[in-house]
Amino acid sequence: MRTLIAACASAALCLGAGTGAAEGQKLVIEGQEMVTRAPAPDWHPLTEVISGWEFRDPATQALQMDDFENPAMIFVDQAREMWSTPDGAAGKSCESCHGAVEDSMKGVRAVMPKFNEEAGTLWSLEDYINNCRTARMQAEPWKWSGSEMTAMTALITLQSRGMPVAVRIDGPYQSWWEKGREIYYTRYGQLELACANCHEDHYGQMIRADRLSQGQINGFPTYRLKNAKLNSIHNRFYGCIRDTRGVPFAEGSDEFKALELYVASRGLGLSIEGPAVRN
Amino acid sequence: MRLARNLAFGLVAALGAGVAQAAEIVPGDVVFRDGAVETPLTDQPGDPARGREVFSQRSQGNCIACHAVSSLSDVPWHGEIGPPLDGVAERWSEAELRGIVANAKIMFPDSMMPSFYKVTGFIRPGDGFTAKPAKEIKPLLTAQQIEDVVAFLKTLK
Ligand code: HEC
Ligand code: HEC
Repeated sequence: MRTLIAACASAALCLGAGTGAAEGQKLVIEGQEMVTRAPAPDWHPLTEVISGWEFRDPATQALQMDDFENPAMIFVDQAREMWSTPDGAAGKSCESCHGAVEDSMKGVRAVMPKFNEEAGTLWSLEDYINNCRTARMQAEPWKWSGSEMTAMTALITLQSRGMPVAVRIDGPYQSWWEKGREIYYTRYGQLELACANCHEDHYGQMIRADRLSQGQINGFPTYRLKNAKLNSIHNRFYGCIRDTRGVPFAEGSDEFKALELYVASRGLGLSIEGPAVRN
Repeated sequence: MRLARNLAFGLVAALGAGVAQAAEIVPGDVVFRDGAVETPLTDQPGDPARGREVFSQRSQGNCIACHAVSSLSDVPWHGEIGPPLDGVAERWSEAELRGIVANAKIMFPDSMMPSFYKVTGFIRPGDGFTAKPAKEIKPLLTAQQIEDVVAFLKTLK
């Protein structure tokens, strides 16, 4: 990785757009092949949707291809313990109600965010987890992007690995999806940049030292080498709007749930890869 | 009455200007013609060496995040978002370059390029990169920094 960066820097113009990945390279994790490129649905502004994995350098890509190398797995192990450890006044653990995580949580990530009929509103995975903690366990809610929450979302996401992103955008989802789309195309902050400016119009290109991806969320929560921890979807949105010299919406806000739905739908058909590794 | 107040205001402004080191045109008063700005924004000529810094540094213009320039081969990481700027002084006049840097969206509607000398019309503007709301919006670059970076662009022949 070092030599690659050095070579780029000395050539000054690190041109050659594209994804940065070796052409034809496949993402296979523990013998399972992921769909990292899929034809986009009709309404989609792009013709092909591409996983963020394809845009990373070979060394970062390799970390995600082997669960023993993937630094996110330490947190998954921590979450496995939390899964079966009682917490809160009701004396229950996740396992008390749900049993084995491998069975009960299969496919859950692939349809998030999901409309909650009882609450009459759109919920992210974090909302479902915190609802179990407060209403069923009588425990304190976790912070949206805190270490317990990101570890638990990683464990749950892992149970959908390789399944296609399958969020719904019809019925009660439609107005949320439209709100999310509006946010995606709004130019925020003093730099006046929309998600689409970077992730739709210029993916594959370098913005200073970063190679822009399509900004897909099928790899979340992601372990970032930059901060050596798991990062939530809403935290990534927050960082991208802050970088426009803008004021982001709050993590867990309706705005970010709507954006999460819309961005998830832009990756329909890609495999759930989380927890992925990014720089 | 109104005239008197305007006169009084003008007098205060004139006194103020006398104290300031250099006269400069504030963002709202810049006159664009076909995207170009004829009049320099300050009475201090631009300095290409300082303009090179404005162009390269993340804390200033960070133009290099989007534009590659061969003569800056000592500065790492040139972006690919906008066109490479080698020879840009042969494509555009000084007035056009000033207009593009001050507010590129007048020359290129809907451009992704930020407007460096503009203080109004933003959605959820923050106080730099703090994620907190901006109290007072200053242009991304000062009038002098604009003149300096234009002087630097003029060296790209
Ligand atoms: C100024 C450019 C810019 C803007 C505007 C921007 N981003 Fe990003 N974004 C980046 C960069 C750079 C990265 C890191 C490289 C990459 O994965 O694209 C990134 C990464 C991401 C990722 C992580 C992708 C992955 O696979 O790990 C997501 C998701 C994302 N952005 C979503 C958004 C959304 C949603 C918006 C609008 C609210 C947005 N971005 C606005 C520059 C931007
Ligand atoms: C976020 C990206 C971005 C940044 C930052 C940026 N530009 Fe640009 N710039 C562009 C794009 C894109 C264009 C092409 C015009 C268009 O939008 O059609 C452009 C065009 C130009 C042009 C005209 C080039 C030509 O050959 O026609 C000049 C000159 C220029 N930029 C100078 C600058 C300077 C100086 C700065 C910093 C003070 C800067 N740019 C910062 C994106 C950027």
